[in-house]
Amino acid sequence: MITIALSKGRIFEETLPLLAAAGIVPAEAPESTRKLIIGTNQPDVQLIIVRASDVPTYVQYGAADLGVAGKDVLLEHGGQGLYQPLDLEIAKCALMVATQNGFDYEGAVKQGARMRIATKYTEQAKEHFAAKGVHVDLIKLYGSMELAPLVGLADAIVDLVSTGGTLKANNLVAVEHIRDISSRLVVNQSSLKLKHERLQPMIDAFATTVAARLAKV
Amino acid sequence: MGIWFVKTMRNWILPEYISDVLPAEARQIESMRRNMLDLFSLYGYEQVEPPLVEYVESLLTQQDAALDLKTFKLVDELSGRQMGLRADITPQVARIDSHILNRQGVTRLCYTGSVLCTRPDGLLSTRQPRQIGAEIYGCADLAADVEIIELMFASLAQAGVSDMSLEVGHIGLFNAIADAAHWQGELRQSAFNALKQKDVPTLKTLAASLASELQQGLLALASSYGDLSVLAQARAQLPALPEIAAALDGLQQLHAALTARGIAVRFDLAELPGSYYHTGLVFNAYAKGFTNAVARGGRYDSVGEKFGRSRPATGFSIDLRGLTSVPFPGKKAAVLAPKGEDAALLDAIRALRAQGEIVIVDLGVVQSEVHADRALQQKEGVWQVISL
Repeated sequence: MITIALSKGRIFEETLPLLAAAGIVPAEAPESTRKLIIGTNQPDVQLIIVRASDVPTYVQYGAADLGVAGKDVLLEHGGQGLYQPLDLEIAKCALMVATQNGFDYEGAVKQGARMRIATKYTEQAKEHFAAKGVHVDLIKLYGSMELAPLVGLADAIVDLVSTGGTLKANNLVAVEHIRDISSRLVVNQSSLKLKHERLQPMIDAFATTVAARLAKV
Repeated sequence: MGIWFVKTMRNWILPEYISDVLPAEARQIESMRRNMLDLFSLYGYEQVEPPLVEYVESLLTQQDAALDLKTFKLVDELSGRQMGLRADITPQVARIDSHILNRQGVTRLCYTGSVLCTRPDGLLSTRQPRQIGAEIYGCADLAADVEIIELMFASLAQAGVSDMSLEVGHIGLFNAIADAAHWQGELRQSAFNALKQKDVPTLKTLAASLASELQQGLLALASSYGDLSVLAQARAQLPALPEIAAALDGLQQLHAALTARGIAVRFDLAELPGSYYHTGLVFNAYAKGFTNAVARGGRYDSVGEKFGRSRPATGFSIDLRGLTSVPFPGKKAAVLAPKGEDAALLDAIRALRAQGEIVIVDLGVVQSEVHADRALQQKEGVWQVISL
């Protein structure tokens, strides 16, 4: 049995064409079912639907052989015990620092005073500000980060920005680009060795599809 | 009262990733340990017992940052110097070979003992593995590696591990490319980590400024895994450096020698060990039903240098606690004997134990979980074993 861990929403939608290229079609859509294990047209392939940030954990423990996880999630997780052979070039966005419109970010950085940063991505925020030599107090939040500067909880946020719509709607501006994010294929290390014959063709099919899509753009 | 209760409850909770080994598991670990040591001695390996603690300078080999992080440290109250609790026995055995034994020829050594790590190796592993292993010093020839791998497989098979395969890599391939690229320090480390995770996108970024031959070679390494065809592919794709040609020749010969011994071999040319001290061939044994490698090993020709004598070395180690999921026969049924001072009874018990029977004396209070299928009973003045 080959188990593939995916998260609902954008990653699932954008992974479907890749799965199709490997001849895998899910039996149901995750939105239309409450099942967490979804079968496919291939009897020995199943999908499990987990939270995006849990994908690396499922794959690392061997509960899933393959998974699709954003680079943001992988950097928070650390990536130990995983192979990440392929950038799928899907679910693209960027990790940014954003502040309330009018906040003097450059000035605050130059001053070197402690800044309060609200984020879900504490590891990457810590690393980013450490590399800049800026002292920060990190406030871990699980969602709606955009609210933090508005209510005085934080001076700035570190968050994923895709269209910038939410920032704009809340009078925030992106002031610094940390890194581009896209989703990676992650593979359990011993699965790749023990189920090599079954997994390698899938990985190759994904790679070919990604390459063909990039060539078109 | 309530606070007292909570406090005592907390008092007997063990630290994270630390656990007791309870009877069933302890019996299996001890049985595997004995059998493996007996097997090692049949191959001519001599057992050594390095200490639990040493001064950190001798415990940690050159530039071994990963092992340094894994080592618990304390201050020696006698000398004021820093001591480390061993997180790996191999460097200790290398010290014994190079400095204490100081032999010129080939030395075969084996060891077993607990090691302690500041952090667990994997999510499901313990911080106190029970290491057992064997090492050959003083032989740079492939024959030594073949012997070590053969012994590793024989040990695992004896412990009941089945459906095994060997995965082989060679750290010289990465080193040759990294040297040709003049990569040092942090950059080299980043590339090493990326290759270890087969992180092709990151490798592409890191190698962007390299000559195309090296760039292509590095990326080819990340996807060079599978059967023997990998070697032919690698010969075509990796840069034509003498170190690379030599490493690939060695892998080819190793494949032939191991196949002849009935060991299934796969290659993963990006398989890089967690330990810095490996210098050449590296190998892991995988088995059905295990998420992680069941045994690891490789060549580490320069570890002894720090102790004044650099000797070629190759060896493997197994964490015995990682093998306890292997089916193991239950406890042997015992003979239950009454307590008493009757000389004939004491003789009968002694005789049974001499034959290798387990004899449990019924102390007269409630027995807990005694697996006895026979009893010693007196019939017509004679002590006899009766089925229960």
